[in-house]
Amino acid sequence: MEKFDVIVVGAGPSGNAAAYTLAKAGVKVLQLERGESPGTKNVQGAILYAHALEEIIPDFRDSAPLERHVAEQRMWIMDEGNVCTGMTHRDARFSSQPYNRYTIIRARFDRWFSGMVKKVGALVICETTVTELLRDAQGRVLGVRTEREQGDILADCVILADGANALLGSRAGLRHEIKAEDMALVAKEVLFLPKETIDARFNISGDEGVVIELAGNVTHGMVGTGFLYTNKDSISIGIGCMLGDMKRQTITPYQLLEGLKQHTAVRPLIEGAEMKEYSAHLIPEGGLKAVPQLYGDGWLVVGDSAGFVNGIHREGSNLAMTSGRLAAESLVALKASGKPFDALNLAEYKRRLDDSVIIADLKKYADVPDFLHNKPHILDLYPRLLGNAAHEMFMVDGQSKRAKQRKIYAELKSRRSLLGLLGDAYHFWRAFR
Amino acid sequence: MNAAVDFALPTVNVEEKLFQNRYRVDAGRPHITLRNADSCLACDAKPCTVCCPAGCWRADEGGKIDLVVDGCLECGTCRLVCDHDNVDWNYPRGGFGILFKFG
Repeated sequence: MEKFDVIVVGAGPSGNAAAYTLAKAGVKVLQLERGESPGTKNVQGAILYAHALEEIIPDFRDSAPLERHVAEQRMWIMDEGNVCTGMTHRDARFSSQPYNRYTIIRARFDRWFSGMVKKVGALVICETTVTELLRDAQGRVLGVRTEREQGDILADCVILADGANALLGSRAGLRHEIKAEDMALVAKEVLFLPKETIDARFNISGDEGVVIELAGNVTHGMVGTGFLYTNKDSISIGIGCMLGDMKRQTITPYQLLEGLKQHTAVRPLIEGAEMKEYSAHLIPEGGLKAVPQLYGDGWLVVGDSAGFVNGIHREGSNLAMTSGRLAAESLVALKASGKPFDALNLAEYKRRLDDSVIIADLKKYADVPDFLHNKPHILDLYPRLLGNAAHEMFMVDGQSKRAKQRKIYAELKSRRSLLGLLGDAYHFWRAFR
Repeated sequence: MNAAVDFALPTVNVEEKLFQNRYRVDAGRPHITLRNADSCLACDAKPCTVCCPAGCWRADEGGKIDLVVDGCLECGTCRLVCDHDNVDWNYPRGGFGILFKFG
């Protein structure tokens, strides 16, 4: 049986970052992907943050399939279908090179990334599902079992980059099982329009792009958000809610998405577009408290499988790439000093994570999931009040502005006591400080 | 202050959405199965029928679950929302199942 230094399970951003970094350093690496080609099983909004990829492939801009750089960011607070109150941030600095953020189409991007992985010498095998981890009597991971005949493959270390469902780690008992309460389900469509139409509707030109984050009652009281991103000649639109909320109500994910598409602020932007794909995916949104054991004898876990997502800042694939790189760099360093890949030595990966932006940011927002879970009205009551207040102040109808202010204040007081308001503000500050 | 205008969510035929997708169905080898069909009869909430983004899970009038995985998006939701641990969930064999064009 052929043996590898490292097997990487999965060819998403974390697996590709790991396999690339390992192969480039001369490590004998096998990467297994269950899709027909890398990217065919993967779903993301998607925004690519350049920084994390630059650390791995500095000149990625020369060859990566990028859609538009993000020139403008909009934040919209919505009701179910009729009201939208928002903010726009456009800053020419985001339109000066090198660009900081791009919209991407993951199937194309992942295929490109995998091509780079092969170029530096990793063996990449697709259409192969890993079904379980091979372990010895002491629990040490020895390799993987695939569904192919004689499909057992050995390695000194297995990197689990198997995505949000994290089946391999849980089935081997290496980690706790993921919970509905910690996962968001996103439904998404890709809608095609001519580039000129997108440019005109979003007030952009060239390769400038707009991304819109959507919050409020568009999720019908569930904790969640929506998004609308411009690609070159398509729009990615999606909406996601925490599964713990979704399982306790009766609106389907596709109804939520269709409701968003028919919202008065969204419908004109996508009018006449041709829908060419409908997808869905889980996002681990449990934050730091849901992060599992990250390493053990002969294994490491990276990316979504490790729960590395910062939902507040819409970051995930960048953390995935960084964690994949740190896992690979830990292994390269251990190999160079002749140390075995046991739990004691692989703690090096955890040390590098602790020193990185990944754990720092997850720590900062560790209390946010609980805060939103315990105070769902934050995403329900306040957006409604904001919309009504804006409507009142913008409506010119002969009433004095002071009278309008009194009405707004009266609605606020009728919906939430002063103590309730102060409590919300305090807990908000505690969770986000 | 004007009350918000009522907004009714549309009814949606999810098959029309799935029709746009590319699949390679592993005929006769469903990657998701029910462990015990009877325990679904006793489940009132049936969150699988609400949460599955591909509408793979349907309940008939008697409460019996009909599971057709051909349109599955492989998200993993059904496994997590089932309170009775009744979903035997695996990824399809390599190369089969959903093949995202854009993702």
